[in-house]
Amino acid sequence: MKVGIVRFPGSNCEDDAYHAIVDHLGEEAVILWHKDHDLQGSDVVILPGGFSYGDYLRSGAIARFSPIMNEVEAHAQRGGIVVGICNGFQIACEAGLLPGALLSNDRGYRSMPVTIRVEHTDTAFSAAAHAGQCLTMPIAHGDGRFTADDATLDRLEGEGQVIFRYVDAAGHPTDAANPNGTMRNIAGVCNAARNVIGLMPHPERAMEPLHGSTDGLVLFQSLLATARA
Amino acid sequence: MTSYRVAVHVVPRRGILDPQGKAVTEALHSLGFVAVAEVHVGRHLVIQTAAADATAAEASVRAMCAKLLANPVTEDFEIASVVAA
Repeated sequence: MKVGIVRFPGSNCEDDAYHAIVDHLGEEAVILWHKDHDLQGSDVVILPGGFSYGDYLRSGAIARFSPIMNEVEAHAQRGGIVVGICNGFQIACEAGLLPGALLSNDRGYRSMPVTIRVEHTDTAFSAAAHAGQCLTMPIAHGDGRFTADDATLDRLEGEGQVIFRYVDAAGHPTDAANPNGTMRNIAGVCNAARNVIGLMPHPERAMEPLHGSTDGLVLFQSLLATARA
Repeated sequence: MTSYRVAVHVVPRRGILDPQGKAVTEALHSLGFVAVAEVHVGRHLVIQTAAADATAAEASVRAMCAKLLANPVTEDFEIASVVAA
């Protein structure tokens, strides 16, 4: 498996994602420059976290027009796996690769550990987990409030496209467990074809004991399980 | 071609939670402006662009809003003014 990780101006989690793929999975990874037009044969594309273009205008709004996004969108249309983490999720939404939008938190910037529940395991970024599994990992964002109209939310729920939800220690999606005012405690979604996945929490920052949690590992292992299936 | 200055307001769509607007509303209330029902905080953009006439300038800015300047999922926009400048 070869994973391409896009570096936009202002990305700051691309090396963490690279470390997760190369050092934890033992797979090949390459950093892709946003102005290039070549995915270099990547099987999986990761849009990493950060603050591309300083979050000017709206988070992800300018990065989604970076040259390499033409190739990323074509890759997604061919059924290729795309994972957007934090700012990458925002970019994917702005690009129309994922439904909805990520608006400013209802309580400012949040940097803290959260617990998310895996709702569905039929995506390339949740396949190695089990449904209902609760994972602890950090969030660090100011614009993570997933927003869509009620009809879209109902469709996402009905089609099983809500992949991760913020929950409390007992696994319940309570208001108290909602860190940013996101609708229906949504932390991550996939597209209708289920090959594009986005989430606000940072699994690449929960890979080894030093990080305080190793719960992100199972999400990256999902990529490998999917590639080998 | 003439140079036009087009002003655009981009605001959160009504009904979508606007934390900035809510915080400003509460601050105004605390300052005694109790008649304030609600505040919405958006963006004001001033675009200098060349166009054949004012209608074309406005059409061009509407296309910019649809493609980049406003998020069709969560924001509305209105052209505030179009002046030759």
